[in-house]
Amino acid sequence: MNYKFKVGCSIENLKGVRDFIRGSLKNHNISELEISEIVLALDEMCSNLMIHAHQCNPDDLFELVINVEQNHPLVFELIDDGTVFDINEFNTPALDNIVHEKRKGGLGIRLVKSIMDKIEYQKTGGRNICRLVKTVHFI
Amino acid sequence: MIHIKRLQEDGADVIALVGEIDASSSIELDLAIAKSVGEGFSKILIDCSALEYISSAGLGVFMSYIEEFKDRNIKMVLFGMSDKVANTFSILGLNELLHIGKDKVQAKQIVNEL
Repeated sequence: MNYKFKVGCSIENLKGVRDFIRGSLKNHNISELEISEIVLALDEMCSNLMIHAHQCNPDDLFELVINVEQNHPLVFELIDDGTVFDINEFNTPALDNIVHEKRKGGLGIRLVKSIMDKIEYQKTGGRNICRLVKTVHFI
Repeated sequence: MIHIKRLQEDGADVIALVGEIDASSSIELDLAIAKSVGEGFSKILIDCSALEYISSAGLGVFMSYIEEFKDRNIKMVLFGMSDKVANTFSILGLNELLHIGKDKVQAKQIVNEL
């Protein structure tokens, strides 16, 4: 089943994004804890996109697509037309360095990489698709 | 949206977080802690019992104070986290870097022993 949500790049909209994710996943036999981890990772990816690729311009829209199929990995797509902010190009900073250099951004990258199984980027017809894959345990 | 309440108990500043902290609201957490420090508190307790959600932006705020607090001998203890919020801290191993108590009683004990 596919769920789609289109939203402007204002960080004030993150709450709405989280509600959409929780709503999409809640009736699919996925544990609360796994849903909360997915919400955390996607919140991070969406806020990165809003801030770094769209400078929080509320008129820029992006789309979040969630694909849920029982007993298959979950697939999430962030689709936009801004500059690509590829988190795979960033090394995951050590926790000590984050503390020492007060690198608030580094935490988010660690978080997404530890929650998601795969993060890949694709460019087609002027659109960027960031695809995240996560295997969950259906209960 | 986050709502922040402050009260003082036994010489400690208790900062209660109510609601959700994300990239749009982490600044308020930062300001509340900075205010407490500015007022000269050396014991800061963060009440997370009504904290429903925290993103990396909020975690980053706590992280950013670790070194300063060590240098200035300011003690901060978090308490009352729900399982989900506690899990967010442990995914990143922040439970090893921050002091976290079960409830307010335990948090006060920890802050006095640090």
